[in-house]
Amino acid sequence: MEFAELIKTPRVDGVVLHRPFLPTVEGTLCLTGHHLILSSRQDNTEELWLLHANIDAIEKRFIGSLGTIIVKCKDLRIIQLDIPGMEECLNIANSIEALSTLDSVSLMYPFFYRPMFEVIEDGWNLFLPEEAFKELESMTDEWRLSEVNKDFSICPSYPALVTVPKDIDDDSLCKAATFRHGGRFPVLSYYHKKNGMVIMRASQPLTGTSGRRCKEDEKLINATLRAGKRGYIIDTRTIAVAQQAKARGGGFEQEANYPQWRRIHKAIERTNILQESLIKIVEACNDHSNSMDRWLSKLEASNWQSQVKEILTTACLAAQCIDREGASVLVHGTEGTDSTLQVTSLAQIILEPACRTVRGFQALVEREWLQAGHPFQQRCAQSAYSNEKLRSEAPVFLLFLDCVWQILRQFPCSFQFNEHFLVMLFEHTYASQFGTFLGTTAAERVKLKLSQKTVSLWSWVNRPQELERFLNPLYEPNSLVIWPSVAPQSLLLWEGVFLRWNRSTKCLDEAYEEMVHIIEYNKELQLKVNSLRRQLAELETEDALPQTP
Amino acid sequence: MEHIRLPKVERVQLADRSSSRRAQVGTLYLTAFHTIFVDNEVHNELWVLHSLVCNVEKLSITSCGYPLLIRCKNFQVIQLLIPKENDCNDVFVSLLRLSRTERYEELYCFSFMPNVDKAARGQAWDFLNLKAEYNRMGVSNKLWHTTSVNREYRVCDTYPADLYVPKSASLPVIVGSSRFRSKGRFPTLSYYYRETQAVICRSSQPLSGFSARCLEDEQMLEAIMKSNPGSRFMYVVDTRPKLNAMANRATGKGYENEDNYTNIKFQFIGIENIHVMRNSQQKLIEVSDLPSPSMGEFLLGLETSDWLKHIKSILAAGTFIAKAVAEEGVSVLVHCSDGWDRTTQVCSLASVLLDPFYRTLKGLMVLIEKDWVSFGHKFSHRYGHVVEEPKEASPVIDQFLECVWQLMEQFPCAFEYNERFLISIYNHVHSCHYGNFICNSEKERKDLGIREKTHSLWPHLWKNKVDFVNPLFRADHSQTKGVLQPLTTPYCFKFWRGLYNHFDRGLHPRQSVLDSLMAIKEETQQLEEVLTIYQQKLAGVGREQANDLFVKKHGMKNSQGLWAEPTHIRLANSPQDYNGGNLVSGPKDFLFGDTSESSDPDNSDQESEGADFSCHSCSGGASPPSEDSVKDPDSDDPAFNNA
Repeated sequence: MEFAELIKTPRVDGVVLHRPFLPTVEGTLCLTGHHLILSSRQDNTEELWLLHANIDAIEKRFIGSLGTIIVKCKDLRIIQLDIPGMEECLNIANSIEALSTLDSVSLMYPFFYRPMFEVIEDGWNLFLPEEAFKELESMTDEWRLSEVNKDFSICPSYPALVTVPKDIDDDSLCKAATFRHGGRFPVLSYYHKKNGMVIMRASQPLTGTSGRRCKEDEKLINATLRAGKRGYIIDTRTIAVAQQAKARGGGFEQEANYPQWRRIHKAIERTNILQESLIKIVEACNDHSNSMDRWLSKLEASNWQSQVKEILTTACLAAQCIDREGASVLVHGTEGTDSTLQVTSLAQIILEPACRTVRGFQALVEREWLQAGHPFQQRCAQSAYSNEKLRSEAPVFLLFLDCVWQILRQFPCSFQFNEHFLVMLFEHTYASQFGTFLGTTAAERVKLKLSQKTVSLWSWVNRPQELERFLNPLYEPNSLVIWPSVAPQSLLLWEGVFLRWNRSTKCLDEAYEEMVHIIEYNKELQLKVNSLRRQLAELETEDALPQTP
Repeated sequence: MEHIRLPKVERVQLADRSSSRRAQVGTLYLTAFHTIFVDNEVHNELWVLHSLVCNVEKLSITSCGYPLLIRCKNFQVIQLLIPKENDCNDVFVSLLRLSRTERYEELYCFSFMPNVDKAARGQAWDFLNLKAEYNRMGVSNKLWHTTSVNREYRVCDTYPADLYVPKSASLPVIVGSSRFRSKGRFPTLSYYYRETQAVICRSSQPLSGFSARCLEDEQMLEAIMKSNPGSRFMYVVDTRPKLNAMANRATGKGYENEDNYTNIKFQFIGIENIHVMRNSQQKLIEVSDLPSPSMGEFLLGLETSDWLKHIKSILAAGTFIAKAVAEEGVSVLVHCSDGWDRTTQVCSLASVLLDPFYRTLKGLMVLIEKDWVSFGHKFSHRYGHVVEEPKEASPVIDQFLECVWQLMEQFPCAFEYNERFLISIYNHVHSCHYGNFICNSEKERKDLGIREKTHSLWPHLWKNKVDFVNPLFRADHSQTKGVLQPLTTPYCFKFWRGLYNHFDRGLHPRQSVLDSLMAIKEETQQLEEVLTIYQQKLAGVGREQANDLFVKKHGMKNSQGLWAEPTHIRLANSPQDYNGGNLVSGPKDFLFGDTSESSDPDNSDQESEGADFSCHSCSGGASPPSEDSVKDPDSDDPAFNNA
């Protein structure tokens, strides 16, 4: 397909652009296959480059022959384009609609994007499972790297290599896979160095109404326990939801069949409910009624903060089992690709200092989200403004980022990255020039040849000149487990995402700069003092020399 | 002393409210002014002023003893468990009496005797000088002057002796106007804005009823309007809801009729009365005090309390006035009913917005001293210093301080002081530790001899200013200068956790940006000093000075470590109850119900292990979260001996 077919009017003059916090600009609007561009004749800095993929919804209005298109973006920004000429406006609107909802992955911008920078460190090769396993091997010999899924036939949403208990052979894995939703048999997610406890993750067992069981599954799970130890199964669903799942062939582990495990049910909502929450909270933030009652009741009704609290609480519980109870944990919900990953990845941030560094966090996203088969492309196809009938969109990863932000707020010195880093990841999951978040599974990514055909987000982020913006000046490595508070008083609305386009952050940005300035000045002085001290020490030794003979 | 039935009780348990399973055992002492709990093991001391006690409640007995719940005005809640019923009852009865002071002279400030001589005490009272403050603003000048009309408090006994009025307002006009105003509180200067020469004036409501007029009052307003040569009209802002103001007309009070006054624009700004505010705060406190609420319960409670709505209306009123004065250059007369609650809030808030000085430590002290203390805000009534009609109590200054806090959240670099300063002031408004806020007017304080018999708070706060400084403040920062223009959209207002959950340590960030930056700035200062020394040495190196230098160098080593070691990070870090108590619900059903697996009884107490963890994890962990939670901030003073 040629993009040109979709673009009837590639260019309109005299278009006026309105966007938050910036003066209105008049200029020429151009449509390309992937971008909506507006450039003013006077000044290049006034240009707008918007990826079609970032457009969530548009609205058009006409007053006489002047058309207006309101463009609502997936990063929650809303911009307005005033376009003279009804036909031009309609053409533009139709093109934007078509170009922003292309179904074919291979037409996405990352396949066309050519970086303007030299790739020094290729992000595609940064986080290989083999490397991670080497590190695990240095700590314990209880695990092995299995190639049972190398052609993605046992579990289509798992990567080619998975870490499993050493004593369980591939045949058993195959059998266990038949007993788990989507073949997602229990695999290692995290090994806690301090006491050897582990987090495993899986999908729900297919017990059904008849109470099916699977010896290999039981054996596999028990193989993760050390002698005499017991563990917890954290089911992210309520007991009621888990019961209902039985009717559709799913279910949960009967304690009688898993006597060494105790099951705990939590209440993380299903994806469609999370999406509703997102739509409502964004609507609440965009409500200009100026009534406090209305704001608070909409905030409450959106349930967004409740989702944050529940996810964070579950993650804390998992971490607590590991670190405080000295018990291993198996986490699953239904499919094991959403709430499960929120819990396992947040628990690691709480437990493992390395996950709080830039590289460690990237590795975590790679390992626990991309490799683990979170279907980014489906979940992030639409954001909060879309009028389309929802398919499988859900802000699962955004909620994870929100939870990370909450922990960052409570431990502002324990993370190497800052809030901007999290916001940047949010943006790139929804629309990006990089291929990192394309596709739904590792298998699909291999098929799409993403690593050959697109640039990795990490290749760009990790360039020193980019990375600088994302570093937390207050960071000091903190080797401890960090326990966040999950009380409602402690959890805040993530203004950096939800109010970003509603109010100017000038004063807050100035405060951040001031903080950076204070810290940089301190470091500068330290350098000066040290160098002067060295100079003086040299003088001293010169002084001392003639005396020694 | 006669009120203390039992001065000492042993084996009392002090519960930790964040966890039912963490309790300290110690001895409880009752003294004339404090309840003191001394931990048997670590000798932690908890001092609570009786004047801060809001109420005492006996709860139903438990297997371990008789619980007593003490709620304080600073939102601290203390739960004690006393082994014997009689003892519990004695403590209860004593505390009830001790926390209900009947006469001013019984208040703590009259017995608080720090080691300061008489001259120093007098000097301390002169620490703030209101006359100098009016001079700083730019009055007296050709249009405004000080009047002696109220020298003996004859015209208005709730106003200060020194007042500023338009030069053109003659004595008969002032006196006439005062007769036409509730409690004689005639229009007088609150703030003079030098740039536009516009002013904020304050008064009480006029006694207009349905049709009464007063020529002098009309002349008074005209004089104020004309004393701002740049403007041809003035605003009269009635901070009450219109309905309330209209109801007042039936009792011969009311509001200005635009037809009778030349060139006024009259405006209502609906801030609710003290009773509505009292009930609203009560609801807010209940919300903040819910035991592990869900997010929904919390947000719903926050909404139904209406608290943030009231805070928003006060801030909006302040913003309106600041805009009128600074942008339009129009003078404003503000009043409510008596002109000592809402008027005070709004005038002082507008001043904070207008004048960077009030965003400094000293400036806020002066502002409170001027707008609140001198203008007869009824501190003792509003904050229940002595037993009074409970309907007089209301969180008026709470709301002002909270508005300032909300502003600090919007303008993080604009304030020299930090949140702790506001909370400290809040505490001292209630503590009756210093004389500043005792009584209801300047006249009452003079009659009672507050200056001679008690001490002033301000020099004490000034002495401790390092604790109260905002590290992001820079006098030459653009945010610091000029008029603040805050947003008043609903989402800009937040629940003030720092005040309402001040004592719930677990709810606050475990690392503080504020503390980190303060430590870094302190280190920077040391580095600057060392740098100067080094530079001097290098410039004129006398070689014999090398030895001297060597000492200096080693002296620096200690502070060098500051950056590397996380000593300035407070890590009070242990897990909360993440599973409704199921996971860590006590040795009985720990883990699997059968205790055989987790046989080690010491290990089974996960919570205490948690507490342990926080101790060795970081030096900051064991230290109290703030000056006032564990020990009275002035406990080094021999107050204890007075008992």
